[in-house]
Amino acid sequence: MSAGTTGTDSGADSGTAASPGAGEWPLWEVFVRSRRGLSHVHAGSLHAPDAAMALRNARDLYTRRQEGVSVWVVPSAAVTASSPDEKDPFFAPAADKPYRHPTFYDLPEGVRNL
Amino acid sequence: MPETITERGSRSGAEAASGPRTDPGAAGPAPAQEAAFEAKIAADERIEPRDWMPDAYRATLVRQIAQHAHSEIIGMQPEANWLTRAPSLRRKAILLAKVQDEAGHGLYLYSAAETLGTGRDELLDKLHAGRQKYSSIFNYPTLTWADVGAIGWLVDGAAIINQVPLCRCSYGPYARAMVRICKEESFHQRQGYELLHTLAHGTPEQHAMAQDAVDRWWWPSLMMFGPPDDESAHSAQSMAWKIKRHSNDELRQRFVDICVPQAEILGLALPDPDLKWNEERGQHDFGAIDWAEFKEVLRGNGPCNDQRLDRRRRAHEDGAWVREAAAAYAAKRALGAAGPGEAA
Repeated sequence: MSAGTTGTDSGADSGTAASPGAGEWPLWEVFVRSRRGLSHVHAGSLHAPDAAMALRNARDLYTRRQEGVSVWVVPSAAVTASSPDEKDPFFAPAADKPYRHPTFYDLPEGVRNL
Repeated sequence: MPETITERGSRSGAEAASGPRTDPGAAGPAPAQEAAFEAKIAADERIEPRDWMPDAYRATLVRQIAQHAHSEIIGMQPEANWLTRAPSLRRKAILLAKVQDEAGHGLYLYSAAETLGTGRDELLDKLHAGRQKYSSIFNYPTLTWADVGAIGWLVDGAAIINQVPLCRCSYGPYARAMVRICKEESFHQRQGYELLHTLAHGTPEQHAMAQDAVDRWWWPSLMMFGPPDDESAHSAQSMAWKIKRHSNDELRQRFVDICVPQAEILGLALPDPDLKWNEERGQHDFGAIDWAEFKEVLRGNGPCNDQRLDRRRRAHEDGAWVREAAAAYAAKRALGAAGPGEAA
C-alpha cells in the first residue's frame, strides 16, 4: 500500500532543519492563518537554513499584504503523504458507504426539524 | 535513472516528495498511467506533483516555469535602476514594493518548478550559464523615469493578459502560483498607469518624456506574447495539455484592444500608423511586428542582454557569503541544541 510513505524516502541528503550545511538550504512548507477563527492553510514552500529564518522568509514572501495573522513552517522532509492516485484502495472504503450522508435516508412526509 | 529520483525526493516540496516512483528498470510508460493522465486533462482536472505525467509534459513545464521565474527576477533590474532617483518618497516606496513583489513572484515560481523535481540552484545555474532564457522585454534599457510608468502599464499589462489564463493551467502548483501573482500584478499595472498619467498631464517636457517611453516600449510589449501562431514552436502541444489556453496572436489582439482606449485617456499616442479600428472584425488592426528584432534580442543581441546577466551573476556571487553565514549559523545552533552542556 502506498499510504504512509514518508515525506522523503530518498536518503540522508534530504537536508532537514537539523542538518544544514553545504549546498541548497532545506525546503520548508508554509501554512498561513489568514484571520482568527480560520485554520492554517498551505500557502507554498521556501528555502531557509533554519526554522527561524524560514519563519522570517515566510513572513516576507507570503504575508506582504496582511494575508496572515499566524504562520507555521514545517520541514518538507517531515511531511508524510498519501498516494495521489484516486483509484488507490486507500480511499476506496469510503466510496460504498452512502449511508454516512444524511441524504441517504427517506423521511416520511411532514416530518420537521430532522 | 536513480539520480533523478533522489533529486526529486530530496529537493522538491512535500507535495512532490513521496511521489509514485517509476521503477528505475521499467521500460516506457504504463498505458494505464498515460490514459489516467489524459483523462484528467480531458476532464479539466488539475495535475498535481505526485501524479504520473509524461516526461515531455514535465520538461515543458520546467522550461516554461523556469523561464517565467527568471523573467521575474531579471525584471527587477530595469526598474531598480530608478529606485534611488524616484522623484518623491511616495513614488520610491511604491517602486520598492513593486520590485520586492517581483522577487516574490520569482520565488513562488521557483517553488512551483521544484515540485517537478528540479532544484532552484540548478535552475539558477542554468540561467547564469545562459542555458535558460528569460523574457526578452527585460533586455531593453530604462532610459528615463517615465520608463517605470511604461513598464507598469504596458509590460505588466501584457504580463497580466498572458498570466490570467495561466491561473487555469492544468498543472496545479503553477496555476496556484499564478493566482497569487495575478492578484499582485494589478497594483503594478495601476501604479505605472498613474505615473504615466501624471507625467502626461504635467509640463510639456514631462508629456514628451512619457510619450517617448511609450514609443520605445510599445513594440517590445507586443513581442511579449511570443511569435505568431504559425511559427510558435511549442504552442500546439501546450494547448493540448491545457498549459496554454489561448494562442499568442489571440492574446496579443486582446492586449491591443485594451490599450487603445487607455492610451486615449492618458493623452498619449501609440506609435503605430497602421493602428485603427476594424468595424468588420470588431477589433483593431495593427502594424507588422519586427520579428527580426525579436529574434536578435532572443539570440542575446538586445541592448542590455550582457548587462542583465552580468548583474545577475554578480549579485549571486556577492551574496554567497550571506548564504554561507546563514548556513553556518544554523549549523552552530543545531549543534548547540544537541550538545549536552548547553544550558541556555
